[in-house]
Amino acid sequence: MSEALIEATGLEKTYPARNRQGTPFRAVAGVAFRVHRGEAFGFLGPNGAGKSSTMRMLAGVSAPTAGTLRILGLDPVADGRRVRARLGVVPQDDSLDTQLTVEENLLVYGLYFGLSRRAVRTKAGELLAFARLEDKAGERVENLSGGMRRRLTIARALINDPEILLLDEPTTGLDPQARHVLWERLFRLKQDGVTLILTTHYMDEAEQLCDRLVVMDKGLIADGGSPRELIERHVTREVLELRFPPGEHEKIGRELGEQVEVLPDRLLWYADDGEQALARATELGIRPLTALVRRAGLEDVFLRLTGRSLTD
Amino acid sequence: MIPTLPRAGGAHLVVLRNLWVHKGGSPWTMALFSIFEPILYLLAIGVGIGGLVGDVPGVEVPYAVYVAPALLATAMMNSALEETGQSAYAKLAFDRFYHSLIVTPVTVTGAVTGEVLWGMLRALITGTGFLAVIAAFGLVQSPWILLAVPAGLLIGFAFGAASLTFTGYVRGWHDYQYMQLIMLPMFLFATTFYPVTVYPEPVQLLVEALPLYHAIELVRGLALGRLGPSLLLNAAYLIVFGTLFLTWARRRWGRLLTS
Repeated sequence: MSEALIEATGLEKTYPARNRQGTPFRAVAGVAFRVHRGEAFGFLGPNGAGKSSTMRMLAGVSAPTAGTLRILGLDPVADGRRVRARLGVVPQDDSLDTQLTVEENLLVYGLYFGLSRRAVRTKAGELLAFARLEDKAGERVENLSGGMRRRLTIARALINDPEILLLDEPTTGLDPQARHVLWERLFRLKQDGVTLILTTHYMDEAEQLCDRLVVMDKGLIADGGSPRELIERHVTREVLELRFPPGEHEKIGRELGEQVEVLPDRLLWYADDGEQALARATELGIRPLTALVRRAGLEDVFLRLTGRSLTD
Repeated sequence: MIPTLPRAGGAHLVVLRNLWVHKGGSPWTMALFSIFEPILYLLAIGVGIGGLVGDVPGVEVPYAVYVAPALLATAMMNSALEETGQSAYAKLAFDRFYHSLIVTPVTVTGAVTGEVLWGMLRALITGTGFLAVIAAFGLVQSPWILLAVPAGLLIGFAFGAASLTFTGYVRGWHDYQYMQLIMLPMFLFATTFYPVTVYPEPVQLLVEALPLYHAIELVRGLALGRLGPSLLLNAAYLIVFGTLFLTWARRRWGRLLTS
């Protein structure tokens, strides 16, 4: 197995109570994971699962409450600056410097890493090409589209040639075209040997980009592995989706038992052969409005592992 | 490639970034705007009311000469307040500028120190501009006034650090009205327009406790060439005041940015 760039054991993050009446909030409740060089590693989970808190600890700007975390063999709190010099961070909100132009955003950010002006100038040129923003170099940031801004944020995070790139929900809020462009760019980075760590709640994104991922829920890791492994472990080969008029499906779902997941709007019937399951449903006298057989995917794993918290 | 980490937590890089934003001649535009208001005060009160006052009793200089250094001190103070107050707040709350700064080798201490230094630099630009105005009005009494502007850097330091601390607690723009609630009376009553001796003794003590009093004493002492050991005390007050607030600002911003 290749070198572990990141190693976390028993990692916890508890935020103190906001006021005297409040209670401390445990965002991350003890997680363990390892990320190897060159991997694309994903944190998947619903909102509030602890993904962003974990990412902040990885970025070295939030000290763990308990547990150990080693990044590039260093302690991200004690050696924060040395760790951050070798990381690239793409925050959820782009937080670009709105007072600077596109190119200046890259140039000035490079200086924060102690790079020489000449080195930064060369690098900024390369990155503008990488982000496909050459013709926007002199533009103010506010004139960019959402997709362009995100590409600029990623380019900015690459100014120091980081060994690890942290991406917090990289494609949230982007249109489908912009997402595909971004995935292609990220895939290229991975080919170049950059270790990618990302959070997402998009299954297609996780399947596209991640070699391995962990599913987080309520501050804990529910399970982890490659997308294929997770699918094999938690769901059957196929899924039968059944829709009913409002109010009917919950009762039917309960009667059918374990292999059926009840969602707010439909039933998911996990089966190795979906057509056979449909035939069985007809036999039982179930008359759905629509029935659809499809292959099981990561989304089904996600729902199985975190399904109940979705209805909150 | 591992670049060498920037020194001093990257404070100078924060200054450089702010300079970059204002490149293309706008520092001078900024200086012009910053001296516009004190010029009005100098005209209306220093020259206008000064015509009625004549010489200031006990100081024995024309009224405009007496008021001008105080306006120099407050102009430098206001420049530092502007940068470390609402301008820093906009970068903190809306641009999330500092959040993306501290994931680089620049530290929270670097960011905070850098903004205070930038406030001091702004004060220096404003001070230089207003000194030229004072000279143009023919209100220079002593060559020591040349030292008034560098001494004003201490004003930028003290007020910049305090205002950055305040910004760390601000919940919204409206909170800056509380700052105004302190700053405006201080501007009017901390010996800007008349000597502290006009007050009864208890009020004198209160005024002498204010940072702006020491700022004005320091700049006025140099401008009028009235040197004495008390100027060192004024400078020491500003240094201690600024250092305490800088420490507080570092703690507060650390909690804000790295919780």
